[in-house]
Amino acid sequence: MAAATASRSGLRSALPLLAPAYLWLTVAIFLPLSAMVFFSFMTELPLSGKPWTFTLGNYAAFFSQSLYLTLLLASLRLGLEVTLWCIVIGYPAAYVLAKVLKGRSREAIFLLVILPFWSNGLVRIFSWAMVLREGGILDTALNAVLPFKINIDLMYSYPAVIIGLVHSYVPYMVLTCYLTLQAIDDSLIEAGRSLGASRLQVLKRVIIPLSMPGLVAGAALIFVPVVGSFMEPRILGGRTGTFYGTVIEDQFVAVFNWPLGAALSFILLAVVLVILAAASPVLKREA
Amino acid sequence: MRMPDLTALLTATAVFTSALTFAAKADEVHVLNWKGYGTDEPWAVEAFEKATGNKVVNDFFNSEQEMLTKIRTNPGLYDVVMINAAFNDQAMDGKLIQPIDTSKLPNYADISKDKAGSPMLVHDGKVYGVPWVWGLTALAINDKSFDKPPTSIAAMWDAAHKGRVVIRDDAVEAVQFGAIATGQNINDIKDMDAVKTKLTSLMPQIKTFWSSENDWNQMVASNQIDIGTYWSGSADRAKTHFKLPVSLVVPQEGAVAWLDAFSIPVGAKNVAGAEAFINYMIDPKFYVEWVTKVGAPVSANTKAVEALPEDAFNRKVMGDPEVAKRIQFQAPITDAQREAYLALWQQLKVDVK
Repeated sequence: MAAATASRSGLRSALPLLAPAYLWLTVAIFLPLSAMVFFSFMTELPLSGKPWTFTLGNYAAFFSQSLYLTLLLASLRLGLEVTLWCIVIGYPAAYVLAKVLKGRSREAIFLLVILPFWSNGLVRIFSWAMVLREGGILDTALNAVLPFKINIDLMYSYPAVIIGLVHSYVPYMVLTCYLTLQAIDDSLIEAGRSLGASRLQVLKRVIIPLSMPGLVAGAALIFVPVVGSFMEPRILGGRTGTFYGTVIEDQFVAVFNWPLGAALSFILLAVVLVILAAASPVLKREA
Repeated sequence: MRMPDLTALLTATAVFTSALTFAAKADEVHVLNWKGYGTDEPWAVEAFEKATGNKVVNDFFNSEQEMLTKIRTNPGLYDVVMINAAFNDQAMDGKLIQPIDTSKLPNYADISKDKAGSPMLVHDGKVYGVPWVWGLTALAINDKSFDKPPTSIAAMWDAAHKGRVVIRDDAVEAVQFGAIATGQNINDIKDMDAVKTKLTSLMPQIKTFWSSENDWNQMVASNQIDIGTYWSGSADRAKTHFKLPVSLVVPQEGAVAWLDAFSIPVGAKNVAGAEAFINYMIDPKFYVEWVTKVGAPVSANTKAVEALPEDAFNRKVMGDPEVAKRIQFQAPITDAQREAYLALWQQLKVDVK
């Protein structure tokens, strides 16, 4: 009884602290999102002034045309590839930051990792455009150094989209992994080594399992926005840059068909949630 | 927070924002147009404000559908709206725009008769749109890639330019381009399969889909493309203003032409100001300055075009009677057509991935 009262009064005193965040979430996220759910079941946008009725047609459109499914699968593949590259590049960097570097040098390297994070996304993508194109910075630099002539034109291709997205999202992976790696007690690693484990065994049996929460959090933070990304594919992908996200953008911007755009977005949301839910038992065990 | 408080807060916010939105004063002219398209040039706004005492407030749209929605949802806010002639019907049917008293526009008499009398703008003898400028969606080439300019649209399909061809990411424009390539009327496409086949064979040639003038100019500047669809005004601007090696080609098969016009929305608070603004926009003085300083499409006002130098692109190339014979003006498109075009275009883009 006493405990219950205490927890209730705890909640009451916490309320002023919670209220701003929840009020903001309600106004800024919940209300517009519910409006979008509402729109996704309509034949016309009420703003357009035309008569409208409720329909499931927008959701049916996804299943009646193979192109949406093709694009959704392409976007999911893109999400997986980008996440994988972020792990390959970000995890070792986070390890070095957390365990090898100390003091000033750590701060400097850390800043370098975070720096792109502070610049505007569009600026980053356009700078990649300058680097990747034929006769661009990469092409010119490599040809100046190499004795033979090579032709590098990665712009407007699938690899260009991967490069741009990995660059944008790798800081998430470095940050989340750094936090969990730093929390690992060095004496655990030393104990493993002194009990005869090789470096690889220590990595596999001690470090990776203990840093799994960071890896999982980073992967989720990267995978979800990449699947819905539209700016990077559109600018860097050229002819191959049509993805699920770009089609949704077309519905909102080009043809002003908000209901269909909203329905496609919620199908994406549902698919992503199903994937995360299906992966969660595995991830939980690992974590 | 208690429910009534929340409601009060939301209502207050709504009232506050709508008060801001509807604060259209009598001596203000609210203009709705594409961004960077003449009406928001600072020197033009300043000159107009000085001459008439009206203050110009610009607002912008990103698509014609958005423009229609903005007029519909903000009755009385806008005084002048720039509407592509192909959308004038839709705006009139929706009772969004009102007839214009052309006797209040001294420059109206100089507008070429075929544009002023366009059935897209004049309904039952009443004028719902004042023609402003027109232009073409034709081809433009990178001068470095051609010894002499091509004459046929077939250059887009030439294997020599594979991977160096661009087309705009716009379903209607792409389908109408396909119609011209297959020798059809852009406003009455009988053989859609032929258009699809033709465009399918174009897709492997494509480097990327451009969406803004800046995309196009950057790709030419870095010599990444040979040829692509482009707007006539933009090609002129690339050549004269940015000094890029770009030439417009109006292929023998034809090109898509569009006409932009000004309308006055129903319920406009400052009709007199709107009339003065439209008259200023079709004035030769404004037009010459616009062409010289920025680069612009072709004015619908014949006097304004004549005020340009003899060798000006908009006079020499666009005024060529041979060109006039080949071009097809865009007529209104139904929503169903638009969606069918988009579906076709998206399918083409997915198939080429």
